[in-house]
Amino acid sequence: MEIYILLGFVLLLSIFLGLELIAKVPSTLHTPLMSGANAISGIALVGALMLSSAGQMQDLLAFGAILFASINVFGGYLVTNRMLSMFKKK
Amino acid sequence: MENFINIQVIQNVVYIISSVMFILGIKMLGKEATAVRGNYLSALAMFSAVAVTCLSLEIDIKIILAGVIIGGLVGSLIAIKVKMTAIPEMVALFNGFGGLATFLIAWSQFNETGNSMFQHALIMLTIYIGGITFSGSLIAYGKLSEKLKLGKGSIITNIFISFFYLSMPALIYAIAEPSISQLIPQVPSYFLIFLGLTLIAGIGFVMPIGGGDMPVVISLLNSLSGIAAAFAGLLLLNNVLIVAGSLVGASGLILTVIMAKAMNRTIINILFVGYASSSQATSSEDQGEVKPITADDAYLILENASSVLVIPGYGMAVAQAQHVVREMGELLEDNGTEVKYGIHPVAGRMPGHMNVLLAEANVSYDLLAEPDDVNPSMDSIDVAIVIGANDVVNPSATEEEGSPIYGMPIIEVHNAKTVFVLKRSMSSGFAGVQNPLFFKENTRMLFGDAKESIGQIVAEFKD
Repeated sequence: MEIYILLGFVLLLSIFLGLELIAKVPSTLHTPLMSGANAISGIALVGALMLSSAGQMQDLLAFGAILFASINVFGGYLVTNRMLSMFKKK
Repeated sequence: MENFINIQVIQNVVYIISSVMFILGIKMLGKEATAVRGNYLSALAMFSAVAVTCLSLEIDIKIILAGVIIGGLVGSLIAIKVKMTAIPEMVALFNGFGGLATFLIAWSQFNETGNSMFQHALIMLTIYIGGITFSGSLIAYGKLSEKLKLGKGSIITNIFISFFYLSMPALIYAIAEPSISQLIPQVPSYFLIFLGLTLIAGIGFVMPIGGGDMPVVISLLNSLSGIAAAFAGLLLLNNVLIVAGSLVGASGLILTVIMAKAMNRTIINILFVGYASSSQATSSEDQGEVKPITADDAYLILENASSVLVIPGYGMAVAQAQHVVREMGELLEDNGTEVKYGIHPVAGRMPGHMNVLLAEANVSYDLLAEPDDVNPSMDSIDVAIVIGANDVVNPSATEEEGSPIYGMPIIEVHNAKTVFVLKRSMSSGFAGVQNPLFFKENTRMLFGDAKESIGQIVAEFKD
């Protein structure tokens, strides 16, 4: 149980940190920020890779999780990069 | 055994480094000058975390390679092909896939034996949030790409909404199942029912919410996908999932609040009430006549203007008029006119939607101003050009107390010397509120497709 208290602590601190980091972002960057954050939520890929393999069902679930998380990661970062490359000051 | 421990230590150290890179990356994403590097840093963090996870794998490497390669190709292809006007629905779609991944992870964990009660509860919560994120995002995708027309009020929508409310007690039952299954009759295959119900619930959650409220919904779904990832991290005891997930959860939450504030409404009101029930007391008195104008006349006025403010809205995205708007802006500048763009935070269908479109058209971002920057000096503006925006320039928000949008911060174009409104017809905006701006003494209506109308003005300038 101690591990959950520790990780819960990490969770709360990260949320506060996130709130502090984002609070003053100019509205110009709202879309890239959201899209960049969306790419980060593809971190589920790491979770998917940690799954165990026991039987066909588990393999199928793991495959699905890896597939969809990968779409999220690759698509998210690329589209963010494409968007940011358009933001230019003349 | 010795070797195994070493790998775990290496993994955890790299996870900590990745977490720091994610934090710095998202911080750098928040500033124009560093945003591109911030995105690279965050991608590097993702790569390191994934790579080090691969040091200890249980799943067959073929499954992993197949998933990553197919997923990577599909994701990259969509990202490269998508048009900039379709970005809102793209973000919604990717977001949904992230939610689906956590949904499947939690499902897989459920199939493992020996879960403690706490783990069981975490599994159910992750499934619930991940599932709602997935199906909700798909509905948001359908609405944003205008493939899905169903909205509030239809019977089908109402059925889905009831499932959404039904899903809440179902979640409580699913969480409590291990402890109460001895006491009350067991629901057979309750887990599969619960899986289905969460997916249906996500549909019911997003379906009744209107297009104009999509900036709020997308931000919220983005936040939820982060929270689902963080819960999955708790479940798998993985700190980088927790940190990265929480960061996303927090950033999505902030954007949600910013969007809601920009509409002067609470999140609850946006999600569960909508505009229709806010008020019916819109004044229906005769507002006077609108004064149409032709592109020729508009050109003559613009030619003599010394300051012009452009206010784009969703209509500009629909008409794909951003490039011709930029062209007009440049011609005006060549003519000695000062040109600015007034961007309302909720103009368009997602946070910062107009900024992206104008950036795509090569408008320098230092020409873009927020309502607070332009409102105080509005009376010195010669011409305000409203392109496909409606509610965000509706003076009822400041003048008419009974109006459903009263109190919403707007761009006060009615204080400018002359206002051009580019519109396809006299239909009201998303909020269904009549816009007194159209009837003001200083307003001229330029009816027609925004792209064509501005194209005509541009052609006149070139002659």
